[in-house]
Amino acid sequence: MEDYELFNENTQAIIYGLQAAPVLRMLDFDYVCRRKTPSVAAMIQPTQEAAVAYHKVFWGSGEIVIPVYKTLNMAIKKHPKADVMINFASFRSAYDTSKEALDSDTIRVVVIIAEGVPERQSQLLNKIARKRNKVIIGPATVGGIRAGAFKIGNTAGTLENIILSKLYRPGSVGFVSKSGGLSNEMNFMIAQNTDGVYECIAIGGDRYPGSRLIDHILRYEANPKIKMLVCLGEIGGTEEYEIVDALKSKKIKKPLAIWVTGTAARILPKGLQFGHAGAMAGSDRETAEAKNKALKKAGAIVPTSYEDFDKFIKETFDKLKSEGKIESIKEVDPPNIPLDYNEAVRLGIVRRQTDVVVTISDDRGDVPTFAGFGLDEIIREHKSIGYVIGLL
Amino acid sequence: MAQKNIYEYDAKKLIASELPKYYPDFDYHNKLVVINCETDLEKTISDNSWINTEKVVVKPDQLFGKRGKANLLLLDANCDEMKDFCYSNLDRVCEIGNVSGALKRLLVEPFIPHEKEYYVSITTERNNDVIHFSFEGGIFVEENWDKVVHVPIPVETDINTFDLEGKIPNLGDLKDTIIPFIKGLYQVFINQDFTFLEINPFAITKDKKVVPLDVKARLDNTAAFLHTDTWGNPEKPIEFPAAFGQIMSAEEKKIMELDEKTGASLKLTILNRNGRIWTMVAGGGASVVYTDTIADLGLEKELSNYGEYSGNPSQEHTEIYAQTLIDLITENPDPKGREKYFIIGGGIANFTDVKATFGGIVKAIKKSVDKLKKANVKILVRRGGPNEKQGLDLMRQVGEETGIPIEIYDRYSSMTRPVARMVEKIRGE
Repeated sequence: MEDYELFNENTQAIIYGLQAAPVLRMLDFDYVCRRKTPSVAAMIQPTQEAAVAYHKVFWGSGEIVIPVYKTLNMAIKKHPKADVMINFASFRSAYDTSKEALDSDTIRVVVIIAEGVPERQSQLLNKIARKRNKVIIGPATVGGIRAGAFKIGNTAGTLENIILSKLYRPGSVGFVSKSGGLSNEMNFMIAQNTDGVYECIAIGGDRYPGSRLIDHILRYEANPKIKMLVCLGEIGGTEEYEIVDALKSKKIKKPLAIWVTGTAARILPKGLQFGHAGAMAGSDRETAEAKNKALKKAGAIVPTSYEDFDKFIKETFDKLKSEGKIESIKEVDPPNIPLDYNEAVRLGIVRRQTDVVVTISDDRGDVPTFAGFGLDEIIREHKSIGYVIGLL
Repeated sequence: MAQKNIYEYDAKKLIASELPKYYPDFDYHNKLVVINCETDLEKTISDNSWINTEKVVVKPDQLFGKRGKANLLLLDANCDEMKDFCYSNLDRVCEIGNVSGALKRLLVEPFIPHEKEYYVSITTERNNDVIHFSFEGGIFVEENWDKVVHVPIPVETDINTFDLEGKIPNLGDLKDTIIPFIKGLYQVFINQDFTFLEINPFAITKDKKVVPLDVKARLDNTAAFLHTDTWGNPEKPIEFPAAFGQIMSAEEKKIMELDEKTGASLKLTILNRNGRIWTMVAGGGASVVYTDTIADLGLEKELSNYGEYSGNPSQEHTEIYAQTLIDLITENPDPKGREKYFIIGGGIANFTDVKATFGGIVKAIKKSVDKLKKANVKILVRRGGPNEKQGLDLMRQVGEETGIPIEIYDRYSSMTRPVARMVEKIRGE
């Protein structure tokens, strides 16, 4: 994997927490991307008694089992190739568990989902990450996605949305935002106005996110498959000025469409928590207006309001396309995920023959009866084996 | 949730209990009394006999500074003067900055005679904290900001072995007082999860005792679980008061209490009860964008609220949230009979179930048909996410059944399309 890549189509993750729903979503995504291996190597459930348990999950039309370990240490030893940990631990334990992952030799990227991690703990985790050359995404994020390759947890929502946003195959746009909720909106909006997202990261709304907007923008800049950059910044903090500096020093050469949200802060009462935890302007420099202005001056493509953002993105993409800088993507149809049997029955679109015909019971009523005695009655009254045999 | 202001009283109490652990020479008088409108003044004075025997300072403790400049600082006063000050100021409405509000809380403490006033504050940044120090503290510190020394302290520095004296020149005789004091203060700052602390000024008495005079502080409220033995005790948590002049309405309080009960997020701030535009937007990020767009397109005067719901709230909670907003919208119909707008907005959700949350909103709409019609409310909807089709269908149906005008936009319209649409309508009036 290149330095500028966090994930590829072979990336495997360890999930901290018994997270059945996000794991199924990740595996369904793998299937529509035609990944060869599932993107989840293992889960960690510290409260279970056994050292290892197993979790059964769909993999396309079949099923696989995913090991569930009691400790991260054991998961790391058993799965040395899994280099991402997606941490669903609560804000109380996010620090300890993330630190353990950062201290390991095999985990390269730690995603912290929890909202409400103390700022001091984020600072300490960031220090370890810097020292060990690792990447933190979050806290307080949904994660991110590399189209056609790897999806973090609940990012991009349902399969239907993934298909509509064309996330099953890479486009040419590198996108990064603070907000996880808006990242999903933007994935679709970008797919509507360009050839789609190559990679999307939501860094999270905290004051000290592990990786910053600029970190991901510079990664995208270095990736030859990414042709244009889209970013959604936010009021508060001075991070966007690092983007301004990188534009000025020509470290960013690809076209960058960016909008900093929070321009309405001026009409709100002082001290109001506007959106995310980090979203509070401590000085004039930290306001959305000041940042948008500075970005525009440094050469970024900045709309006049969010309402125009899509137009600006489309124009930028069309220009690159007309200059021949973007090749056309050969569209592929993603495979369909089979419908769950119970769902199909509910919809009335499948039926099946009975496998077994029972002649010893009378099945015409609500409960089967044996020689006139209901099954429910036999169970409720704890009838003995002898009694039951007697009825047959 | 994150950085929250605390009262000066609480900040001083916290410093008083924690600082001696790191700076044993800190010998604080700990004489602090809060007077509010309900306080029995005579009883307070008899319980705190020092008010009668010493000279005191009285000042408002309501999260605003520059009290000296605003003539709200009583210095070197005797007991009668203190009483007069309390009687004449409590409940008095005054204007601070551009905000008017009532004085509700006064802090009384001993007057410390001093000649010099010093300044110290601590702020945090991504990779380090910064200690700011000046010999020129007091009300003119901002004018003298060029005299303030700024010392960055990298994260995880052992402050005890850090060469702080090397960074603050000309301390002279005071080195042995000021350096251990600041080092101790820094440890309190770190260990108690402060995110901002400013002591302006502090004095040094003749016997070399440090006395904080005015204190401003913010704590990281997400760290409360780490401080159950001090300020985060769930039985008796420290108070995070609203800014001066902001009084929480019954509706805001109700939503705040609901928010505290669930893992999801429900937020509401009322800006203008008589405004014509009300929003119910899903997601912290999207709610900001909607508010921005309303302001960017020139309708800020009509905007009534800021708020958001997110993190997959239950149908029941979403219904309560929607009902609270509907009650507010319909409370005072527009005097000119013009339309009011209720924007039910949002991006494409990652995992919040649109059908379930919209089910809650639809229930609230069904219960409020007459009021909504009477107040001439027009509803504009935009949303995507899990079960989006079913969710939007629910909205369409309730519009058809009740005759309430509801315009619905799906993922193929821009997220802020309802705002742009509303602007067209209002401009056409």
